[in-house]
Amino acid sequence: MNTFKIGVSRGNLEIRQFLRQRESVVFTLLFPVLLLLIFGSVFKNTISPGVTFSQYFVAGMIASGLINTGFQQLAIMIPLERDDGTLKRLRGTPMPPASYFIGKILAVLASMFVQILLLLLVGTLIFGVHLPTDMGHWITFTWVTLLGITGSTLLGIAFSSVPRSGRGASAMVTPIVLVLQFTSGVFFIFKDLPSWMQNVASIFPLKWLTQGMRSVFLPNDFASQEVAKSWQHGQVALMLSLWIVIGLLLALKTFRWERSR
Amino acid sequence: MNNAVEIRNLMKNYGETHAVAGIDFDIYQGEVFALLGPNGAGKTTTIEILEGYRDRDGGTVSVLGEDPSKGSLTWRNKIGIVLQSNNDASEITVEEILNFFSDYYAHPRNVDEVINAVGLDEKRKSRGRELSGGQRRRLDVALGILGNPELLFLDEPTTGFDPEARRAFWDLIRELRADGTTILLTTHYLDEAEALADRVGVINHGRLIEVATPATLGGRDDAKVMVRWRENGSTQEERTDSPTEFLRTLSSRLSGEIPELTVSRPTLEDIYISMIEGQA
Repeated sequence: MNTFKIGVSRGNLEIRQFLRQRESVVFTLLFPVLLLLIFGSVFKNTISPGVTFSQYFVAGMIASGLINTGFQQLAIMIPLERDDGTLKRLRGTPMPPASYFIGKILAVLASMFVQILLLLLVGTLIFGVHLPTDMGHWITFTWVTLLGITGSTLLGIAFSSVPRSGRGASAMVTPIVLVLQFTSGVFFIFKDLPSWMQNVASIFPLKWLTQGMRSVFLPNDFASQEVAKSWQHGQVALMLSLWIVIGLLLALKTFRWERSR
Repeated sequence: MNNAVEIRNLMKNYGETHAVAGIDFDIYQGEVFALLGPNGAGKTTTIEILEGYRDRDGGTVSVLGEDPSKGSLTWRNKIGIVLQSNNDASEITVEEILNFFSDYYAHPRNVDEVINAVGLDEKRKSRGRELSGGQRRRLDVALGILGNPELLFLDEPTTGFDPEARRAFWDLIRELRADGTTILLTTHYLDEAEALADRVGVINHGRLIEVATPATLGGRDDAKVMVRWRENGSTQEERTDSPTEFLRTLSSRLSGEIPELTVSRPTLEDIYISMIEGQA
C-alpha cells in the first residue's frame, strides 16, 4: 500500500515536471494534433462510401497516441533520467522501485488521456469523425486502449535500456515510431501497402492497435475494406497481449538504474 | 555489532584493473571518517560498494549490520547518500523536491529545517537549473540528510563551495555528528578532513596505506618541526625534534628577538603528499 502511495506521489512529481518542459508538452501532446490538422486538411478524399481519409487518420492517430505517450515518451525520458542522476539518486533512497514505475504509468496515463481528448475534439469538430453511440464500441475502445497503453508502457521501459546515452535516445526512438506509423495504417491506408510491408508491420503492435481503433471509430461495414475482411478482434487482443508479455519480460530483465560504464 | 561499517579484504575489479585490491577498515559508531586519496585511487568505488550501488568481487562488508549488496528498504531508511554529481530535478524547486522526497522516508526531518540547515532559504522557490554549482551541491546535501540517517555518505560534498559556504557546511557536519550521526566523507581538501574527521584513511592504487587521526597520520606527531628565520641577510631553516630548546639557543645567539621567525609542524597536506608520492 505504501508502495502505491509513494507511486502516486511520484506520478504527481512526474506530471509536474512534464508540464514544465515546454518541449515535451509541445512534442508529445500538440504534435499529433498538428499532424491531424495537416493531414486532415490535405487529404480530403473519401476512401470508401461514408468514410473520409481524415476519419481513417483520426483512428490511426489515436492508436499511435498510445505509442507516443507510452513507448516513445518513456524510451526517451528514462535514458535522460539515467544520465542526469535521477535514477541513481532514487535508488539510494528507501523508495520502493515499483513506485517509480507506478509514477511513470500515472504520467503516461495522464498525457494519454489529454492526447486522446484533443484528437477526438479536433476530429469531431473539424473532420466529421463520428463518436460511437453504443456501449459495444466503447467497450472495444476500452480494452484496446488498456492493452495498448500497457504494452506501450512496458516496451518503453524495456527499450529505455537500449540507447547508450540520454542524448541519443530521441534520435533512436523517434525513427522507430515513425516507420511504424508509416507501415501500420496511420499515414497510409494499410490495405494499399505492399503485402510484404503489411506482413512485416503485422509483427508489431501498432498495426493491431490502429485496426482496433478503426473498429471503434469507422462504420461497421468498413470491416470489409480491411485486409482480412474483418476487424479480427481476437487477433488484436492476442497480439497486444503477446507484446505485453514480451515487454514485461524485457523490462524486468534489462532495466538499469545507472548508465553502463 | 558495534561498528557502523566493517570492511574486510574488499576487492573490486574492472576488467584487468584492481580498482580495490583488498581493503580493511572499520568506521566506529558516531565518528566522522574521511577517506582520502588521489583520483582513481578507489575511493568512489569503495564508497559505492558501501552504499549498495556496486557489487564487490571479494571480501566481506557490513554497513549498519547489513550486507549492502542485499540492502533492504528498511536499511536504506537509515542511510543518507550524497553522490558526486547530479543534474536532476532541473524543473522542480528546492522546496518541492524535498517535500516529494520526504514521502520516501519513514522518519524524515522537517523540510523547512533542512532547507535552513543547508542555507538555501532564499532559494527554496528556485528550480534545480536556476541554482549555482555550490547551491546544487547544498541541495544534494539536503536530500542526503532529509531521511534523518544514522550513517551519512558524503562523496566530495563541498566541491564548488565558496569559503563561507564551506565553513557553514562544516558547522552542519559538526551538528550532525553531535546528534550521533556517523559520517563517511571523501574530500580533496585536506583542511576539511583535518577540521571534520575523527580519523582519516589514505587510499592509493586500491589499497589502504594508513588509518589514523589527522594529528598522528604518517607519524605527523613525531615529525621534526621546521624553524625558519632570517640571519645574515638570508632565510635559514632548521629541522628539529626539540624546537623550544633550539629557539632558546637561537634567541640568545641573536640576543633577543629572532627576525621573521616561523615555527611549523607539517600540515596534514604535507604528510598526505609525502605518503602518496612515496607510493608512486
